[in-house]
Amino acid sequence: MVNKGFAKHYYLMMLPGLIWLFMFSVLPMFGIVIAFQDYNPVQGMLGSKFVGLDTFEYMFSLNDTASIFFNTIFIAVMKIVGNLIIPLIFALMLNELRHMFIKRSIQTIVYLPHFLSWVILGGILLDIFSYQGPVNQLLSAFGFDPVLFFGRADLFPFLVVGSDIWKEFGFNTIIYLAALTGINTALYEAAAIDGASRQRMLWHITLPGIRTTVILLAVLGLGNVLNAGFDQIFNLYNPLVYSTGDIIDTWVYRAGLLNMQYELATAVGLLKSVAGFILISLSYFLAYRFTNYRIF
Amino acid sequence: MVYEKSARSKIFDIVLLVVLISISITCILPLWYTLSLSLSSKSAAAAGAVALWPVGFNLNSYVQLLQEGQFFKSFWISIQRVVLGVALNFIVVPLMAYPLSKTTKDFKMRNVFMWSVLFTMLFNGGLIPLYLTIKNLGLMNSIWALVLVGGAQTIVFNIILTMNFFRNLPSVLEEAALVDGAGPWYILYKLYIPLSVPVLATVTLFSIVYHWNEFLYGLIFMTREEFYPLQTYIQQLTVAVDPSSMTEDQYKRMSELSNRTLDAAKLFIAMLPVLAVYPFLQRFFIHGITLGSVKE
Repeated sequence: MVNKGFAKHYYLMMLPGLIWLFMFSVLPMFGIVIAFQDYNPVQGMLGSKFVGLDTFEYMFSLNDTASIFFNTIFIAVMKIVGNLIIPLIFALMLNELRHMFIKRSIQTIVYLPHFLSWVILGGILLDIFSYQGPVNQLLSAFGFDPVLFFGRADLFPFLVVGSDIWKEFGFNTIIYLAALTGINTALYEAAAIDGASRQRMLWHITLPGIRTTVILLAVLGLGNVLNAGFDQIFNLYNPLVYSTGDIIDTWVYRAGLLNMQYELATAVGLLKSVAGFILISLSYFLAYRFTNYRIF
Repeated sequence: MVYEKSARSKIFDIVLLVVLISISITCILPLWYTLSLSLSSKSAAAAGAVALWPVGFNLNSYVQLLQEGQFFKSFWISIQRVVLGVALNFIVVPLMAYPLSKTTKDFKMRNVFMWSVLFTMLFNGGLIPLYLTIKNLGLMNSIWALVLVGGAQTIVFNIILTMNFFRNLPSVLEEAALVDGAGPWYILYKLYIPLSVPVLATVTLFSIVYHWNEFLYGLIFMTREEFYPLQTYIQQLTVAVDPSSMTEDQYKRMSELSNRTLDAAKLFIAMLPVLAVYPFLQRFFIHGITLGSVKE
């Protein structure tokens, strides 16, 4: 049926995109060799001497390495769990709402923070939680001492997770709501005739109806265990909270671009890329096995 | 749908409504607070007197903003970046998505290309190799570094969304066009693109928001402030101090010294474009995301 001569048009269509991706995604991959070199900026990647795995040995001898990996995973795991559960609860509540206009309005409002950058939201949060900001004003009105929220290493990871959930819960609700609308309404009608209460419907119809979606999102979350959110932390942190708030990406930025430790930063970045690639591939594979999900 | 109309159920509805409205208020309250702060007097802001309404209403911070040349330079760079980025995204994404939406029967190399393109999304060289690549390509301080690097990382996701949408279009349409003698370019531009408004609107919104919000590439690829896009410019306001060492007192003093009303005005102006395009495009994106990504 299809004309075989079309293939050359298909190649032509893909050409601009392939060149674009090659120049700005594939070409940088060759820069990975720096991790195995004693990199000299003057001689470049081609002229620098290869030193094998020396940089990796050095990396594992640093105390920083263990703590940045721990911080990354700790923050990321809390985010994955929170971003799975809170939107689910929110979607279930929204689904119980009967006024369509109010439902739409609430949705429109809660999606909004997702579209604002962490530069903007970081600026707003730092002001709100600052020493003389509204949160501390409120605390002092109740007789509490002001707290330097974003200067406290012990609070920092939780503020990061909390603010991320606040920013994203509305947007993450979309998938759940789509799954909820996919449930056959005849089931609810039948249950109502049998005299089931709303709680019973929730337990026996709604939750089983979206079980696959929850499993799918949980499995896909696995791929993000090393992504604790560069933009957010970069815009919220300061030297006081490096001990608990420094993640792989922020550390790579500082070590590589500010302190010019090119080899070390590349090596850490490479380790993250490889581990991340394996985790994402694994999560896609598991999602396909358990829920028949395919990205394409 | 049939509902029980007991008093208990009604109370439940009211409680639910109150909870949901309170949650959605928390999503806009910080934005509202920022607006109020930007319209307040400096002394009221410093005293922490501003809560929900501007105290000592004035437009001084906006007047001050108008006099700051760099803010508008950066604003203009961001506008250019969004226009170029969205245009390129709009050209390249459908062009790549169309051949990739074919089966291997129609386009033999389809899977090879699909996996290569996907690989660039799942694996990357890391920050340092990317930085060195851009430097070697001579794109430092060029707006093309911002447009092309960011674009290369976001088009793959957009291609997958669009491709999945194309695949769900009824195949009889294309067959009918083929019978009438249409070629691949004609089918793409006269048939597929007009039918794909929801997904193309979604992808465009993502592209606008991404290019408007991105700040890191502005920070690392632009060595002079005059080339900073808006988000980078705003980001730099908050980290003007030496980040390598800081005590708690310094951090506290830094947050007290900042010009809170002016910063608030900058943050508010920086979020205006997103607030402006969002209501027009949001009715598309829910449709676009769920159609393109979740398959039963």
